[in-house]
Amino acid sequence: MTTDTDAAGTNRAATDSTGSKGTGAAVRETRRTTVTNGPGRPGRPRLTRRGIAGAAAGLAGIVLLVLLPLLNLSLPGVLPGPTYTPGSLQLLAMCMLMAAAALTYHLLLGVAGLLSFGHALYFGAGVYGLAIILQNLDIPLLPAMGLTLLIVIVLAHVVGSISLRVSGIPFAMVTLAFAQAGSVIVGRNPDGRTGGDEGLTLRTDNLPDILVGVANTRNLYWLALAVLVAVFIIVTWVQSSRAGHVAAAVRENELRVRVLGLQPYLVKLLIFVVSAILVSIIGMVFLLLQSGAVPRAMSADLTITLLVMVVLGGVGSRWGAVIGGVFYTILDQRLTTLANSDAIAALPDILRVPLSEPLFILGTLFILVVLFLPGGLTGTAQRLAQRRNRSRGTGAGDSAGNDSTGGHAAGGQSTAAARDILEESA
Amino acid sequence: MSTVVLLLFTGLGLGALYFLVAAGLSLIYGLMGVLNFAHGAFLTLGAFTGWEIARRTGSDNWGTFLLSLLVGAAAGAAFAAFTEFVLIRRLYQRHIEQVLITVGLSLAAVALFDGIWGTDPVFIQGPAWFKETTEILGARVPNDRFVCIIAAVLVLLALVFFLKNTRYGMIIRAGVENRSMVTALGIDVRKAFTLVFTIGGAAAGLGGVLASHYFGYVSPMLGGSLLIFAFIVTVIGGLGSLTGAAIAAVAVAVLQQFANFYLGGTGDFVVVLALALVLLFRPSGLLGRTS
Repeated sequence: MTTDTDAAGTNRAATDSTGSKGTGAAVRETRRTTVTNGPGRPGRPRLTRRGIAGAAAGLAGIVLLVLLPLLNLSLPGVLPGPTYTPGSLQLLAMCMLMAAAALTYHLLLGVAGLLSFGHALYFGAGVYGLAIILQNLDIPLLPAMGLTLLIVIVLAHVVGSISLRVSGIPFAMVTLAFAQAGSVIVGRNPDGRTGGDEGLTLRTDNLPDILVGVANTRNLYWLALAVLVAVFIIVTWVQSSRAGHVAAAVRENELRVRVLGLQPYLVKLLIFVVSAILVSIIGMVFLLLQSGAVPRAMSADLTITLLVMVVLGGVGSRWGAVIGGVFYTILDQRLTTLANSDAIAALPDILRVPLSEPLFILGTLFILVVLFLPGGLTGTAQRLAQRRNRSRGTGAGDSAGNDSTGGHAAGGQSTAAARDILEESA
Repeated sequence: MSTVVLLLFTGLGLGALYFLVAAGLSLIYGLMGVLNFAHGAFLTLGAFTGWEIARRTGSDNWGTFLLSLLVGAAAGAAFAAFTEFVLIRRLYQRHIEQVLITVGLSLAAVALFDGIWGTDPVFIQGPAWFKETTEILGARVPNDRFVCIIAAVLVLLALVFFLKNTRYGMIIRAGVENRSMVTALGIDVRKAFTLVFTIGGAAAGLGGVLASHYFGYVSPMLGGSLLIFAFIVTVIGGLGSLTGAAIAAVAVAVLQQFANFYLGGTGDFVVVLALALVLLFRPSGLLGRTS
């Protein structure tokens, strides 16, 4: 069920809006009403029964996550220990931060269709900026974070305005080049300020006590959770704002947006900068959590990791980014543990070498997902759910049939849309 | 004066390496619109197979060196052809997925190299002549620079000859200009795709062996670091233009060497600055088509 990304798709999405299936479909649907001004204001939250149920479930989930450090739950095979132990909390907090970072990348790739390979520059700027400021200036945490943010805002504007001169694949190359310059500076260790390959240890003199030390990991966990929730809300808000709609429209068809008298360049720059600011804040919390800055935070590997997370979860879906981020982080951690285990060491060379490299397994998994599961984890889950619905509801009438095909088309088109924009620019 | 000459030749040697990587990238992008992140992995594989040859057959004679060049190029070509045939071919015209596939492949391949050869750099020795220097205008230039330069010039000439004077070269050039027209004329462009990928892989593999002699070591990260500069070179030179890639490779590398020496190690930074300037004033690159 592939349709053009033009008016046909819009109309379907508009007629579909009365009863779409599940929150995932609703998210896509609001994005898809954007190309033209369809009937009614786009993006208004709809108070359907399903929507309320979804919100309630989300709230319950958050409450559970908030209470997690106070509970004694064990998830053998997923977490290293019971949920109240610092080791597990550290891993969970890392999952939250990575999920939040993947969300900011979703804003670039899923919303605006910008394939950036330089996102780590802003994450790293947050990490290293805050670390260096805390190291060298005697100011409390919040002003230091504000100062870092200021630097990131300027940096994002400069780099964004230059790289957005090109689009599509050249944009990917150019952002990569800028990020690489940042990575090289960190590696060079100018005046001994970045610590080179060893990185920087966080200086804790001016930090509030509740954020320092292993015993306080749960405070950092709560901080990470708060960051994830905040980023999710902000990304949702940006996506359903006017700018978000125009960005989505630019992704679909830049020429049409220009014909309508809007300015794609400025909107793309706005999305780019917002995404950079958010990820730099995540980087600052990452610094507090890791209590140190490592060169990997600035490297192209990190951007690629974020890209992998978003694609694994499903391009164009917010929940996909979150799920991808959590899934990847846990899998990476588990595979590293597995690689060092005795069971692997006992295998013959031909099996041992690939299995002891987590990135080999992740890379292969990623290739398989791209080849065989377009739409990632969420897209596949949705398709399975739809198939079940359809087989159950055959002959249920016209409206139901329309409904499921509409949802299906929207699901399949998230990647198709990103593809189209690249093709046009190529 | 002697410093300038030395820097110039060092830059030319480095530019030769950039060109060998960028040539394949540029042709692949020009013909197929694929940004190939796995190109660095082709290079690293070439370098490691070249190193294995050198290790097994005694490293310091010319026969070994030439053999390692051949085998390295063949390894790169085989890997590239495999990539195109098994992975890229399934996703024609879906550029974003193609990029993602090559990203995944480069992750997996580099991890595999890590597993096989270890993460630490392994050192390599070429024929004894490589370590000697030749005096040009008072500068003592290490001989391995000349080998890189000569190899790159030969590859450039061979590619130009192939593109200008053979049937497949003509198909590739026409494909870069207008792919759908070539298809409409009843020519199977897919064969040209595989061919371009193979040629690009061979050039990268060759570049890998030369790079291992230029830097004196091989590591799994070798390809990744060269790849980024090759990206810069292809953007500055104009995507899809072979001559552009050659000119930009030399310009970027020489600029980098001079900035490293005279401006206190800021070479990488100056190169990115140059990229920004080119994008500001000529977004399609030096010899790119304005579209």
